[in-house]
Amino acid sequence: MSVNVRIPTILRTYTGGQAEVPAEGATLAEVIADLEKNHTGIAARVLDDQGKLRRFVNVYVNDDDVRFEQGLETATPHGAGVSIIPAVAGG
Amino acid sequence: MAVQTVATTTDSADTVDLGPASALACRECGERFALGPIFACEACFGPLEVAYDLPSGDPEDLRKRIESGPENIWRYAPLLPVPADVASKPNLNPGFTKLVQADNLARELGVTGGLWVKDDSGNPTHSFKDRVVAQAIEAARAFGFTTLSCSSTGNLAGAVGAAAARAGFRSCVFIPHDLEQGKVVMAAVYGGELVGIEGNYDDVNRFCSELIGDPAGEGWGFVNVNLRPYYAEGSKTLAYEICEQLGWRLPDQIVIPIASGSQLTKIDKGLQELVKLGLVEDRPYKIFGAQAEGCSPVSAAFKAGHDVVRPQKPDTIAKSLAIGNPADGPYVLDICRRTGGAVEDVTDEEIVDAIKLLARTEGIFTETAGGTTLGVARKLIEAGVIDPSLTTVVVNTGDGLKTLDAVAPTTGMSAVIRPNLDSFREAGLA
Repeated sequence: MSVNVRIPTILRTYTGGQAEVPAEGATLAEVIADLEKNHTGIAARVLDDQGKLRRFVNVYVNDDDVRFEQGLETATPHGAGVSIIPAVAGG
Repeated sequence: MAVQTVATTTDSADTVDLGPASALACRECGERFALGPIFACEACFGPLEVAYDLPSGDPEDLRKRIESGPENIWRYAPLLPVPADVASKPNLNPGFTKLVQADNLARELGVTGGLWVKDDSGNPTHSFKDRVVAQAIEAARAFGFTTLSCSSTGNLAGAVGAAAARAGFRSCVFIPHDLEQGKVVMAAVYGGELVGIEGNYDDVNRFCSELIGDPAGEGWGFVNVNLRPYYAEGSKTLAYEICEQLGWRLPDQIVIPIASGSQLTKIDKGLQELVKLGLVEDRPYKIFGAQAEGCSPVSAAFKAGHDVVRPQKPDTIAKSLAIGNPADGPYVLDICRRTGGAVEDVTDEEIVDAIKLLARTEGIFTETAGGTTLGVARKLIEAGVIDPSLTTVVVNTGDGLKTLDAVAPTTGMSAVIRPNLDSFREAGLA
């Protein structure tokens, strides 16, 4: 499964400044693992020491917040858009 | 920790004059960054907040300096991320709103220790948002932005539109498309661009967070995204004013609405600063948070004993509090637990009842957020969680004229009569 991942500004040092990068994986966990292969260090920014999504990171698969879905096990269909977004906005 | 240099639209972070603000610090991991238009920690995504070199010296001198200042938030400029000459710049000069001693309401609720309503409907655009936008405007000037933007549940959109008009910025703000008519009109009338998004507030917020990382949003100051660390500090002025208006003392109990939770955390920060500066006596206080049942992620976490806030999909008439994924939720939990307070929620029906109660007893017409706050205060007083023998402050964040829809179905004319005395008597009005 190939997806497009939108990268927030504060993680673009890992992607050579690119705002969107391709990744492979049938679930979000696999997508993040694939990102890590090509952009070393990025997974540790998104996941905590226990391998869970950091509490101030929101991830969307298409328009769905993965916290309302299956978290890291959320399916990432071929062609899906994955967005990683800092959660500290708004209010 | 090393202070990192971040890219700003000015030549150098050294040229930024935001008064006593010295750096941005991550609330999660403590990493420090130079002042700039950034909001999330590069190391852990945690929220950044302003660190200060606060005034030192005799508290009495500082107190006199504040008391001789203008009757708006700029009397507290030495404690805010703004340049010293802020009062001379074009802005809406919000704040120093009334702290209403609510004796009639106190009698109704059985409160004997004193009950006050901090009535922020008296701000220029009739909500507390003028306080936070005033800080963001100064940061926007410092960083060279010319367009102001935000995601909003309505009140903020109006505050940004008005402040931008006065200060000479372009504004383009984003709201859920189905907001109350009053808030839409109040946001649009100032002449900036107002864009409805087909989705709820969390969808709008997500859109803005993505726009900020896209070339389309380059050069834009989003007051509650990339200017959020500065913006949020404006809520500290509620704490300063409450204490000054109480005669430079801390209230025993304070009830605050929760949307993102930012306001509650900054009121706590403001109270702590006053203690550190020696402006008020250090004594215990309790902070209580208020949510609507139809959007109660923080209340649910508090009651369940959780440290993590599970997002909800909002469904409530309190649209200005309808943030299902509140950014500062975990910190609200920390503060309410640390101070011995609580977080509670009320139904839409209880919100409307509380709006009418405040109007009937004190002549204050609050919006649904204020109804939520008073409704929770009443519920916690009845439950014995809020002590009626202690001083209590309820924060009213906005004006009821913006949410007429909430009370219109159950509020209206007592009678329609012909223009003569017989008709008046027949209606039983004599």
